[in-house]
Amino acid sequence: MSSTCEERTELECEYVDPGEVKQELISRYPTKVARKRAKQIVVNEVGECGEVPEIGANTRTIPGIITQRGCTYAGCKGVILGPTRDIVNITHGPIGCGFYSWLTRRNQTKPEDARDENFMTYCFSTDMQDEDIVFGGEKKLKAAIQEAYDIFKPKAISIFATCPVGLIGDDIHAVAREMKEKLGINIFGFSCEGYRGVSQSAGHHIANNGIFTHVVGGKDEGKEGKFKINLLGEYNIGGDAFEIDRVLEDCGITLVSTFSGNSTYDQFASAHMADLNTVMCHRSINYVADMMENKYGIPWIKVNFIGAEATAKSLRKIAAYFEDEELTARVEEVIARELPAVEKVRDEVRSRCEGKLAMLFVGGSRAHSYQELFREIGMKTIAAGYEFAHRDDYEGRNVLPSIKVDADSRSIEDLEIHPDPQRYRLRKPTEALEELRSKGLPLKEYEGMMAEMAEKTLVVDDISQYETEKLIEIYKPNIFCAGIKEKYVVQKQGVPMKQLHNYDYGGPYAGFKGAINFYEEIDRMVNSKVWSYLKAPWQKCPELSARYACD
Amino acid sequence: MRKIAIYGKGGIGKSTTTQNTVAGLAEMGRKVMVVGCDPKADSTRLLLGGLSQSTVLDTLRNEGEDVELEDIRRKGFSGAICVESGGPEPGVGCAGRGIITSVNLLEQLGAYADSESLDYVFYDVLGDVVCGGFAMPIREGKAQEIYIVVSGEMMAMYAANNICKGIVKFAEAGGVRLGGLICNSRNVDNEREMIETLAEKLGTQMIHFVPRENMVQRAEINRKTVIEFEPGHPQADEYRALARKIENNEMHVIPKPMTTDDLEQLLIDHGLAG
Repeated sequence: MSSTCEERTELECEYVDPGEVKQELISRYPTKVARKRAKQIVVNEVGECGEVPEIGANTRTIPGIITQRGCTYAGCKGVILGPTRDIVNITHGPIGCGFYSWLTRRNQTKPEDARDENFMTYCFSTDMQDEDIVFGGEKKLKAAIQEAYDIFKPKAISIFATCPVGLIGDDIHAVAREMKEKLGINIFGFSCEGYRGVSQSAGHHIANNGIFTHVVGGKDEGKEGKFKINLLGEYNIGGDAFEIDRVLEDCGITLVSTFSGNSTYDQFASAHMADLNTVMCHRSINYVADMMENKYGIPWIKVNFIGAEATAKSLRKIAAYFEDEELTARVEEVIARELPAVEKVRDEVRSRCEGKLAMLFVGGSRAHSYQELFREIGMKTIAAGYEFAHRDDYEGRNVLPSIKVDADSRSIEDLEIHPDPQRYRLRKPTEALEELRSKGLPLKEYEGMMAEMAEKTLVVDDISQYETEKLIEIYKPNIFCAGIKEKYVVQKQGVPMKQLHNYDYGGPYAGFKGAINFYEEIDRMVNSKVWSYLKAPWQKCPELSARYACD
Repeated sequence: MRKIAIYGKGGIGKSTTTQNTVAGLAEMGRKVMVVGCDPKADSTRLLLGGLSQSTVLDTLRNEGEDVELEDIRRKGFSGAICVESGGPEPGVGCAGRGIITSVNLLEQLGAYADSESLDYVFYDVLGDVVCGGFAMPIREGKAQEIYIVVSGEMMAMYAANNICKGIVKFAEAGGVRLGGLICNSRNVDNEREMIETLAEKLGTQMIHFVPRENMVQRAEINRKTVIEFEPGHPQADEYRALARKIENNEMHVIPKPMTTDDLEQLLIDHGLAG
């Protein structure tokens, strides 16, 4: 049985009119829903100066639509604070919230030595019962903090509010203040009730605000080095941070802190000692980058360590910022040393993957950054979109002034940050920064996903289950990337599905070695014959003909 | 068994009216259970002669899952069975959830079972129906019959109208019906006529007009219903009359709530604006 009728090639897809696909996607919706979804489904066009069409994003999901999105608590506790190993993260709520946000993203950590604390192997929850809802849960929360302190003596304890806590009005911040005073360690709370905001994105913002207010700047000594950076928006899924750390270390770049893969409390507390912030996942962490710039004078650049070429480019950007010949030379040395091994695998895999099609519907940055890796092995991203990103992640930060701040966004506090009277220090004079910019180093810039996507590709924000199935039916992609909720629905349609939230069982995929892992993984998935056996022979061809063997 | 819920604006006299009515029914030989659905747990004070009762929620908290019906029921005046749901102190937790939990527990423990051979269950619910928890007694077929305590004061009538809106919602889903308005007089001008008109507009009746009488206060300070404190007083007869009217009431309706404008017009028509 040939597979040509099952899969489309890049060439064939050029005949699919994306405008018609869009019409088909929305044609099943009631008028009002269709109108809203039409704004969130865009046929990509890139103008001469990189201008792209406007897309609707970060708006409420319409009830009844099966969305990929998660909740605010998941964004705050699960994503941003979860990967930190030595803060005791207590979920104040019924047990499910704490349990299902515990390591489900496969964020890894590696204590430096055996004496280092690592609480990630524990799941802390107040396990609220009916009685705590009725009579209030503050006493139980205090008891939980005391118990955690007595057993672990941690540097810090954080508290995460779940939905019922917001409903019954437990004041977690008052509890945090009281216990902080009593125990003499840093204790702080996050009002990240699941229903706040339109997606987990609100939780990221709340986490950024909290960590910046309560932790960053708490410790004026950090790692020493000539070229000190922070890596923001890297969560060490499948060990990504270990590979990035290796590469940075080889280049002689000192990583003061990572937000928050493989991170520690002290790293956060001394993050303001770095001289440059590098931002990976723009969506989840740009707030901290902006706030650190305003308060301490640290500039930030967008980087991407997903993809070998992207990694090389990002290293060069860091070197360009520090304007140091020695660093530049060392970066080039590392790139030259690493690339041959990457290219060898890449070229071989490319011979089997060239022209195949990918769809990425995930996260608030991964749907963009992983297109690099697919491009390196000759695969085309035919459609992509984010779960919870905002317009700036699609269209670039230049649209920020024109983004309408609606009531949902306003419910999340936007901190007003002023320069720290003692510690604000411009890392480079304004003129020097301007010069860097004119030399082509984009500071505080992110041009978004759409500018880097091909013409006539489809960009779909907050894709629904129905749209997912429809797109697969129309385009027959060779691989689909999303999360666990989509995984088996996609695979039942005969398309391999790669989870980009937690990497299934794989990783790392960042940096140079990660790129090799990813090429091999995608090669294994898209070239597997197993998908062609999904239908039984009689389902494909109901009439069987045969002859007697002896006649 | 008839299951009756008493609603009305806060401070209107729901608990007093309920307990006096229950005393009347008990005196007639009916077996009645009163379930107080107010965190303050003061809905059975007059029947019990004081606030001596351990609430359902406190018992549940102190005894864990090992709760017996006898731990939470007390016998009051004339054999009336008294239960207090209880709840958190003001400003913490969720009193509404508390009511849901305690009513469910009462059911599980068999407080309403046929073997108890109750004639009446009265739910005395605090103030307005502010959230789902306070609607618990009229949800899922718990109470079938509602009486709203009201007076001629504007906000009391306003609250009564709002409660009717809630009843409509649950009437369609759960079968609850409005039995009538009980006017607990505040000596407002034209009060009787006004409440009768309000009742008519709502599609129900004013089942009884309870006159204002200082004896109610005196009995209350002595922790007793009027029927127990001064059985021969005319006010005791008023409550007996109300008890009889409820016993014989066959008018159970889905109310027709008024618009705020219509309600205000009614007040103007009865000279309140003057």
